[in-house]
Amino acid sequence: MKHHMHGSGRTLPGRIGVYVLWITATLFTLFPVYWMVLVSARSRVELFDSPTLVQKTFYAQNYIKPLTNPTFQRYLANSLIIATSNAALVAFLALLATYALSRWRLKGSDSIFFWTITNRMAPPAAFMLPLFLLFTRVIKIGPWQLFDTRIGLILLYCVFNLPFAIWLLKGIMDGIPTELDEAAEVDGASLATVLWRVIVPLAAPGIAITAVLSWVFAWNEYLFAATLTSVHARTVTTGLAEYVTVTGTNWGEMAAISVVSLLPALVFLALVQRYIVMGLTFGAVKG
Amino acid sequence: MKSSRTGWGLLAPTLIILAITGLLPFLYVIYIGFFDWNIFSAKVGKVFAAGNNYRRLVFDKDFLGSLAKTLVFAGWAVTSEFVIGYFLARTLSRNFPGKAFFRTIHTLPLMIAPIAVGATWRLLTIPGFGPVPFNLEKWFHFSYNIGRYGGHALVTIILMDIWHWTPFVTLTLLAGLSSLPVEPFESAVVDGANRRQIFWYITIPGMMPVILTTFFIRMMDALRVVDEVWMLTGGGPGSATRVVGIHIWRIVFPKTDYGYGSAMSLLTLYFTIVLSWLVYTAIAARRRQSVL
Repeated sequence: MKHHMHGSGRTLPGRIGVYVLWITATLFTLFPVYWMVLVSARSRVELFDSPTLVQKTFYAQNYIKPLTNPTFQRYLANSLIIATSNAALVAFLALLATYALSRWRLKGSDSIFFWTITNRMAPPAAFMLPLFLLFTRVIKIGPWQLFDTRIGLILLYCVFNLPFAIWLLKGIMDGIPTELDEAAEVDGASLATVLWRVIVPLAAPGIAITAVLSWVFAWNEYLFAATLTSVHARTVTTGLAEYVTVTGTNWGEMAAISVVSLLPALVFLALVQRYIVMGLTFGAVKG
Repeated sequence: MKSSRTGWGLLAPTLIILAITGLLPFLYVIYIGFFDWNIFSAKVGKVFAAGNNYRRLVFDKDFLGSLAKTLVFAGWAVTSEFVIGYFLARTLSRNFPGKAFFRTIHTLPLMIAPIAVGATWRLLTIPGFGPVPFNLEKWFHFSYNIGRYGGHALVTIILMDIWHWTPFVTLTLLAGLSSLPVEPFESAVVDGANRRQIFWYITIPGMMPVILTTFFIRMMDALRVVDEVWMLTGGGPGSATRVVGIHIWRIVFPKTDYGYGSAMSLLTLYFTIVLSWLVYTAIAARRRQSVL
């Protein structure tokens, strides 16, 4: 961008220093992922040889075994359903909420904004007990309970995704000139029309990045899923943790599952690459 | 036209969901914090204990130790993330071939599940077949063992957090950098300002909203970290990496000391809010200074 901000005033050793730092940082970022992929391609026997950085063979069994296992397939399906539904729900709710917070002078709206954010601060462990009771005893219709259901996790993940989404979208919403929706209202457009035809197209990068990050956080969540599900609604991350057992860990398969669980996030990342920087300004952009 | 009823109507679904999943458990935790309730104790059910849990907390060396450890962890990790993240954001804000590719690489760790991050770092550091201990021993005769030396384990979880979360800081700072207006920089150069002056008096104040928001999100998340540390070290060796999130987990689950665990989380939450507030006012004061 602006050339005078950097570059021009730097001496030759300074420039070399920047390149060295840059390469080091890039290698540091890449190496653990590289190692994860490498381990996922090794059999048990290979793993206990001295660790080399090259791999010529590929032990496909690490991937085939979990991917053909019906239990793991269910975990995968659950994760997909839960993350996608949660991301859609969060993006929709955050759109409505930030529109309200941005366009109406509601009593105490600043406190509401702050309160939604504090929901993200709490250390999760102690909240497991009330959530567990809520899921097993309070929300219960006949034999049906919220515990071990996908809908339970979909709703629960709002507790950390909604604050983040509201935080992100609020700034973007404030950046959309009110004249635009007022003009549409004068023309007789309903609230739904204003939101859908005016706000959504303008806030699209923000909504996209909100949805994608919510999806990733929901897909990645472990603690709630481990505590509040038992059989039917278990997710990939809980499956991953199940590989660490007292009798010994199957490192190859664990790495393979880590790789598999990273793939959808990578696809999303590639899709929203263009928007990601635009969407993360937290309202710093003015005009 | 703008009736506040419509506004509340739009907010209502969000408030209802957060009230059920956030506020309700929170109130219950406050309530339980005043009781002595332990499944394994001789007493049956909840026994009202007034402020006893809190009195116990103030003198609990294990809890205070884990709190101190969490602070060391969060302080080093978040500070390093800002330094490295700013450097990366600056370099990524220039135009160079393959920029999109490198931006993807530097976003990658952010997308990995914390539990998988822990697993990956365990693969790296496990004595025996991890490449890190193997090569440190081979080239530097340094015996690195996170299962034996607490210091090694603590440094490793800090490095892991830096690895996992620097991308987030990089992205938000990059967004902040690219949204800075150009004019102040141009006039500063005309006035003969040097790089350092431009950095402290123009770049930093201009990016303050982004810096503050990013700082809060990172600090909040670092102070309540569980998954990846649990997967990498399990809190050990001994209690070397038993951060407060793991400590509370141990009190609430294996020990089933619900009342005490609840009081502990409330105090930690309070502590998090106070700390965030102090840092916020400190940064806000500095910002006012630099604007003048």
